[in-house]
Amino acid sequence: MTQKQLQLSKKSKQLTPKQIRNSREKVIEFILFLAAFSSVATTIAILYILIDESVLFFQEVSIVEFLTGTQWTPLFADAQYGILPLLSGTLVTSTVAMFVAIPLGTIAAIYLSEFAHPKLREIVKPWLEVLAAIPTVVYGYFALLVVTPILQSIFPMLPGFNMLSAGLVMGLMIIPFVSSISEDAMRSVPVGLREGSYAMGATRLQTALKVVFPSAISGISAAYILAVSRAVGETMIVTVAAGLQPQLTWNPFDQAATITAYIVQVSLGDIPHGTLEYHTIFAAGLTLVLMTLVLNIIGHFLAKRYREIY
Amino acid sequence: MTDSNLQEIRTELNRRKKVDQLFAIVGFLVILFSILILVGLTLQMAISGIYRITPDFFLSFPSRKPEEAGILSAWVGTTLVMFVTAIISVPLGVASGIYLEEYSRKNWIADLIEINVTNLAGVPSIVYGLLALGLFVYILNLGESILAAGLTLALLILPIVIVTTREALRAIPNSLREAAYALGASKWQMIWDHILPYSFGSILTGVIIGLSRAIGETAPVITIGALTFIAFLPDSPFKGEFPFISLAWLQAPFTVMPIQMFNWVSRPEAEFIANAAAAGTVLILMTLTMNTIAVYLRYWFRRGIKW
Repeated sequence: MTQKQLQLSKKSKQLTPKQIRNSREKVIEFILFLAAFSSVATTIAILYILIDESVLFFQEVSIVEFLTGTQWTPLFADAQYGILPLLSGTLVTSTVAMFVAIPLGTIAAIYLSEFAHPKLREIVKPWLEVLAAIPTVVYGYFALLVVTPILQSIFPMLPGFNMLSAGLVMGLMIIPFVSSISEDAMRSVPVGLREGSYAMGATRLQTALKVVFPSAISGISAAYILAVSRAVGETMIVTVAAGLQPQLTWNPFDQAATITAYIVQVSLGDIPHGTLEYHTIFAAGLTLVLMTLVLNIIGHFLAKRYREIY
Repeated sequence: MTDSNLQEIRTELNRRKKVDQLFAIVGFLVILFSILILVGLTLQMAISGIYRITPDFFLSFPSRKPEEAGILSAWVGTTLVMFVTAIISVPLGVASGIYLEEYSRKNWIADLIEINVTNLAGVPSIVYGLLALGLFVYILNLGESILAAGLTLALLILPIVIVTTREALRAIPNSLREAAYALGASKWQMIWDHILPYSFGSILTGVIIGLSRAIGETAPVITIGALTFIAFLPDSPFKGEFPFISLAWLQAPFTVMPIQMFNWVSRPEAEFIANAAAAGTVLILMTLTMNTIAVYLRYWFRRGIKW
C-alpha cells in the first residue's frame, strides 16, 4: 500500500468531509423543520388551553344554558351564564363596522385597481395601510373622546358608551383590510378580459363593475369575510368605547359588552386562578375562536379559488 | 343608421363618460376622506395632549396626581418586551420561512403548516393572551413577567415574519440558487451565503412591521396580567461586576405604553385624559416611525437590486 492509500483508508474510518457535510445539512434541515412546526404547535396549544379550561366550565354550566341564556352575569351573586348578550354586542359592533368598511373599502379598491395612475397608487397605498397600523387602543380613545361627543351633538340621547361610535371607528380601521385584499383580487383578473370589454365600447367604470368585479368576486368576498373576522376579534376599541355592561340588544345606540371586552374586563380584575369566573373567559375565548375559525376557513378557500381560476 | 340614432348614442356615451369621471373623483375622495379623518383625529388628540409632552413626562412614574404622572415605566417596559419579542420571533420566523420556501416538499405536512400559518394570522390577538395566561403564566409558571409578555407577542407576530420572509425568498431568482449549486455549494451554504444576504432588506422590513404591530398590542398583554400601575423599573440588564449581564429583569412585573394609555383613558378626570392623549401621541409617533422606516427600507433595498 502506498502512503497515499494508507491515508485514505485511515480517513474512511472517520467521517469523510462529504459525510460531515451531509449530516450537517440534515441537522440544519431538521432544525428548520422544527421551527416551521412551532406554528402548528402554537395552534395545538391554543386549542388545548381553551378546550381544557372550557371543559371545566361546562362541567358546572350546561352547554344549553350557555348557548340560549339571555343573561350574562358571572361576576354577580346571582350568576347567569348565557352568552347571547355578549354575542349580540359582538354582532352589532361588527355590523356597524362592516357598513363603513365594505362600501368605502370596495370603492377604494376599485379606484386603486382600475382608475388610479400607478404612481398615485404607490403613494396612496402606504397611507391607507397606516389606518391598520395605528394601535387599537388609540382608536378606542378616538371613539370614546372624539367620535362619541360629535355623535352626541347629532343624537342628544346617545349614552357616553355606545356601540355606534365603537363600530364606526372600527370600520375606519378595517378599510385597508377590505381594500388591499379586494384590490389584489381585482388586479389578478387578466388584462385580456378588460381589453375585451373596452373593445366593446365600455367605459372604465362599466368594465370595473360588470367585468372585473364579478370575475374577482370570490377574492372580494374573501376580503369581506376576513374583515368580519377581524371585527369580531377586535378588542380595545369596543372595551374602551362600547361599555362593559352585557346586554341583549340589537340597537347600536345602546351600550353593550362584546365577547372580547368581557375577557379584558375579567383580566383587569383579580380573578383567582381556577375559579368558575376564571374559566368563563376561556369559554368565551373558545366561542370567539370557533367564530373566527369558521370565517377564516371560508375566507381562505374563497381566496384560494380566485388564485386557481386565473 | 339614422342621424337621430347617432345623436342618441352620442349623448348616451357622454353620459357614461361623465359617470365614469364622477366615479374616479368619488373613489379618490373616499381614500382622501378616510386618511383625512385619521389625520384629523390624530391632530385632535395631539393638540389636547401636547402640553403634557415634556421631558418630565418621559422621566416620571405613573402617579395619582395627573400632573406628576409620566410614562417612564411604560416605555422602559415596552422596550424590554419588544427586545424579547424580537429575539424570539426573528430566528423562529425566519427559520420557518426558509423551511417552507426552500426545503418543504409538496406533501400534507407542508400543506398543514401553510394553512396553519394563514389561520394563525387571523386568530384574534386576545386569544393569544388566553393562550399565554394558561400556558406561560400558569403551566410554565413564568408569572406575569416581561418574559411571558415577550413570548406572547412573539407568537402573535410570528405569522407576519414568516409570510414576509417567504415573500422575500420567493423574490430571489432561481438562477442565483443554481449558480451557487454550480460552484459546489451545499443547500445551506447557498441559503446562508447568498439567499439570506440578498433578502435581508425585505426580511428586515417585515420584522419592523411586525414589531410595530406588537408595540401597539394591548389586549393580550392585559390578559396575562400586566399591571397598570408600576412605579418602579425592572432590574437593569447590565451590571458592574462579572458577568455584566443580568437576566433578572425577565421575571419582573411590568407595564407597556398601550396599557398605560388604556388606564388613563378609562378614568373620568380630564387631566388624566390629557395624559392619555399625550401617551397616544407618543405611541402613534413610535408606530408611524417604524412603519416609515419599513416603507423606506423596502424602497431603498428594491432600488439597488434589479433582477
